[in-house]
This record gives sequence, structure tokens and C-alpha cells, in this order.
Amino acid sequence: MTDETTTPTGVEPDRSDELLLPELVAHLRDHRTQLRQQWAERITDAHLLSSMTNQEVFSEATSVYDNYVEVLETGSVKALQHYARDLSERIIPRGVETHEVVGIVLLLRDVLARSLFEKYRDDFELLNQVLDAYEPAANRIANTVAVSFVEQRERVIRDQQDALLELSTPVLQVRERLLILPIIGVLDQDRAQQLTEQLLRGIRAHRAKLVVIDVTGVPDMDENVANSLVDTVTASRLMGADVIITGLSSEIAQTLVTIGVDLSKMHTVGDLQGGIEEAERQLGFRVSKVPDAD
Amino acid sequence: MPTDARAAPHLPLPASILKQGPNLIVSIHTALDDEQLLRLQHDLLERVGRDRARGILIDVAALDVLDSFAARTLTDLAYMAQLRGARTVVVGIAPDVAMTLVRLGVRIPLTQTALDLEEGLEWLGA
Repeated sequence: MTDETTTPTGVEPDRSDELLLPELVAHLRDHRTQLRQQWAERITDAHLLSSMTNQEVFSEATSVYDNYVEVLETGSVKALQHYARDLSERIIPRGVETHEVVGIVLLLRDVLARSLFEKYRDDFELLNQVLDAYEPAANRIANTVAVSFVEQRERVIRDQQDALLELSTPVLQVRERLLILPIIGVLDQDRAQQLTEQLLRGIRAHRAKLVVIDVTGVPDMDENVANSLVDTVTASRLMGADVIITGLSSEIAQTLVTIGVDLSKMHTVGDLQGGIEEAERQLGFRVSKVPDAD
Repeated sequence: MPTDARAAPHLPLPASILKQGPNLIVSIHTALDDEQLLRLQHDLLERVGRDRARGILIDVAALDVLDSFAARTLTDLAYMAQLRGARTVVVGIAPDVAMTLVRLGVRIPLTQTALDLEEGLEWLGA
């Protein structure tokens, strides 16, 4: 860009960036309605944002457009960042994908660039200068929007992961002083750790004497997980609660014996029903059927 | 302060030993240093003989740390008391303490444990 200003061809009125950018902004403001319309049409043609209604697309398009022009004018992406985060928050739950968001911003960039081509098509030199001013700003905007969207999405995913982790290990009381802990899904070190913590707190809160840990829903188990299960049992014992493990599948049983995990100190029972029955026996409950129940 | 305690070993321990029927109830108020732990061990074994105790209950609910030395000392104490005719139950291990002990790999069988004082007394048959 600096080369051009120093070239001897500069007989024409020299128009620096400071003048070009306001001119550009003014152009975009003047043609706001028409360009915005064009853009919204191209979004629909490209089948982007298909999960939103045309009206919604148009009103978001208006906001994005105005923000876009403002960034070009001020050079600051602060407000845009804020808006993009806000927008992402609104559209992520509706299933809008990353490629759609990037797509619409790139479309806007193209629509605006074309209108600039159109306006300056007679003066190639000037067009070049305009584009020099326009392109970095436009790319920066695209970047900002995309990054904000992805960040917001990652935040949503993280929150959901946390929620899942909470939900995935319920500690339930089935009888006075008897807890069950059904484990469903793959156990890893983190989850085993978190599970142990929750169980220990549950033991204290419910004054449990016995815990039945059911691993029917655990597809497979490696040495680390088996050892952390042993740790869970040991820690529970330290708090005065005994543990019965139920639902070890034949595959897991074979694996555990093959890799040589010492489960001899663990009390295991075939299935959850058996485990609860055994626990009831140990706690002194006797469950009997009322004779005329059926 | 631990340094003072070491300088004057006959300061009262931050733990109380109460006789209740045939049992001794030990309540530890704050974290004990190694020297205090050994003193507690010694005092308790003395009391087992003097009071003809049949059971010892150690309440560690006030502790938020239990290091491997403390765990070891308590386990040793349980064995020693056994030799003098008293059985020991440790009660009130907090969830975090239990986790830490297991994570540190303290595999010492911490003798009998129970949730709290009430449970422990029940186990001792009080």
C-alpha cells in the first residue's frame, strides 16, 4: 500500500486510508437496505441458517450488517465480539452449525466487496486502495465472529459435560442405611475419582452402612479403573461402610483375573437384585411377600 | 505450637481420653504431631491396663488431615491394644481424609472403622 503512494504515477489526487475508510463506510450506510437484502437472499440461496425463519434471518442480518459497518468505521471489534457472543448464545440451542456462521459472514464480505467493485470499477487504482483498506478489516470481522461462536460452543459443551458428570453418578438410598450406586457408561480415572467423592459424601449424609455398587452398565474395565474401584471400596470402609459390587460381566471378570487385579477383598454378588438381597440380610431386613398380594 | 510441645512434653495433649463403662473414648481435637501421636499411643496403652478397658474408640472427626504416620500409629495402637485385651475402632474419618489416605496408597488396614461415635459404640457393644 505504501508503495503505491510513493509511485510517480501519483498525479491523481492522493487518497489516503483515512479518507478512504469513511468513504467506504458512507457507501455501505447509503446502500444499507439494498445490500442487506442481497445478503439475506444469498443466505437463503445457500441454504444457510435453515433452522431459522426468514424473518429471524433478516433481523439478525440487519444487526450483523450494522455491527459490521461499525467495526469498519471504528476499527474496534469489542462491540462485535459482544454481539457475536450474544448471537451464538441465541442460535446454538437451535442447532446452527459452525460452517453456517462462518458461511454467512463470508457471504456478507463477498456482497460488500462486490458492491465496492461495482462502485469503483472505472478506477482500478482506487479500487485496489479501497480493497486494501477493506480486506484486513473484513477478515478480522470474520475471524472475530467465528472465534466467538466456537468459544461459545465450547463453553456450552463444557457445561454439558459437567452436568453429565453430575448426573451420571447418582447415589441413591434404597433402605435405611443402604445405598446403591449404579454406574452406567465408560469409567475413566476422572469419573472414578468423582464417583468416589460423591459416594463418600453420600455415605456421610445418609449414614450408610452398606453400599451396593452396580457395574452392569459398565462396558469394560481396565487395570486402572479396576484399581480405582478397589480404592473406592477401601475409602468407603474407612468411613465405616461396607461395599458389595454387583453386575460384573463375564468379560470384565475374565479381564480382571487375566490382568491380575486383586479383588479378593471385595465382596461381589452376581446381579443388583442379589446384591440388594444380600445387603438387606446383612442389615437385618427381611422382605416377605404378603400372602394375598395377588 | 508444636515446638513448644516438644520442649515441654508434659503439656496436655489436644486429645481427651474418657472412660465410659468398659470402653475408653478418645477424642482428638486438632492435628497431632508425630511426638504427640506417640504419646497418645503410650498413654492409651497405659490406661487400657489401669482401667481394664475392653474397647477403645478413637474419634478423628475433627481432623482434616491424617498422614501416613498417623494412620500407621493408629493401626499399631490397635494391634498393641489387642495384645492387652482391648479392641479398637476408629470413627469419624471425613470423606476427604478417606480419599487422601487411599490416594496416598496408605494400605495399612486401619483396623475397624465406623461412621461416627454412635456407630462405633454400637460396634463395641456399649
